[in-house]
Amino acid sequence: MSLLDYFKTSKTSTASLAKERLQILVAHERTSRNQPSYLPQMQKELLDVIRKYINVGQDAISVSFEQDEDQETLELNIVLPDLPIKHT
Amino acid sequence: MARIIVVTSGKGGVGKTTTSAAIAMGLAKKGHKTAVIDFDVGLRNLDLIMGCERRVVYDFVNVINGEATLNQALIRDKNCNQLYILPASQTRDKDALSQEGVGKILEELKKDFKYIVCDSPAGIEKGAHLAMYFADDAFIVTNPEVSSVRDSDRMLGILSSKSRRAEQNEEPIKEYLLLSRYSPGRVKLGEMLSLEDVQDILSLHLLGVIPESKSVLNASNSGMPVILDEKSDAGQAYADIVDRYLGEERPHRFIDEDKGFFRKLFGGK
Repeated sequence: MSLLDYFKTSKTSTASLAKERLQILVAHERTSRNQPSYLPQMQKELLDVIRKYINVGQDAISVSFEQDEDQETLELNIVLPDLPIKHT
Repeated sequence: MARIIVVTSGKGGVGKTTTSAAIAMGLAKKGHKTAVIDFDVGLRNLDLIMGCERRVVYDFVNVINGEATLNQALIRDKNCNQLYILPASQTRDKDALSQEGVGKILEELKKDFKYIVCDSPAGIEKGAHLAMYFADDAFIVTNPEVSSVRDSDRMLGILSSKSRRAEQNEEPIKEYLLLSRYSPGRVKLGEMLSLEDVQDILSLHLLGVIPESKSVLNASNSGMPVILDEKSDAGQAYADIVDRYLGEERPHRFIDEDKGFFRKLFGGK
């Protein structure tokens, strides 16, 4: 009974908590749903190619896919190392 | 023109088979020749809910493999001669259903039936995929509960990208919400997501709210679709749903506590 009272009197009901959690989660899952399934594999292959020429870390590259009404944008971001690159 | 309805949810235990049995019976009782198909290969249960488990001779997979004709496998319902049941196979072979085989059977059924109700298994595996693939209409059965709402949303994504209509760029599947196991009293206490909360997230066309009801277990115990229990709240909710689906105006019920409360007081089931 004390537990029930606690939920009754607390300002945020468990239902509103549930709704809040769902709204955040569902919004997040909807954006990733629209991403093409080849994205992770492409990111890995791009990294392999870049690392053939430039010494970058695993996390130096980020790929993001965005979609709005009339266009799709694929953004590729590569962080180059601080050290000057030796040309041979 | 025949219409294929998939009853789906993603999550298990929300009432897909109960709903499939009820709406198939409802449509058939309205005079529309209806077939209801169990897609849950390996975990057949629609036969039990429909009360025809002892009359199963051939199943869905037998027909796909050409071991039986469709007419041999279809079981005529004992309560309604417009209703036929196609039971699932109990095989453990996950690949027993093929897209081609299912497509062929549905095409054949469409010649003879007005409505074909596909009872989807839980999950997003092959059985669930094939149940929704050929659908014209989707009944999304959702409970007012976080995991069910999330899975319903995921299912909506699959319907809009992986179905035949989506793949062939046809008019999308019509999606309807059936909110089941609803307890207006608990909603009022803030213990349960309200219809409005669920609609804020899913925003679907509401076909009806089915209240949490003892009559559902009684119906499955006796192998009678709950819609045949005309005095029960759940039975009436499903009858309304069938009417609304067929284009009739029915005010929504079972959303507010008062009605349920008074019904309880005055001896309704």
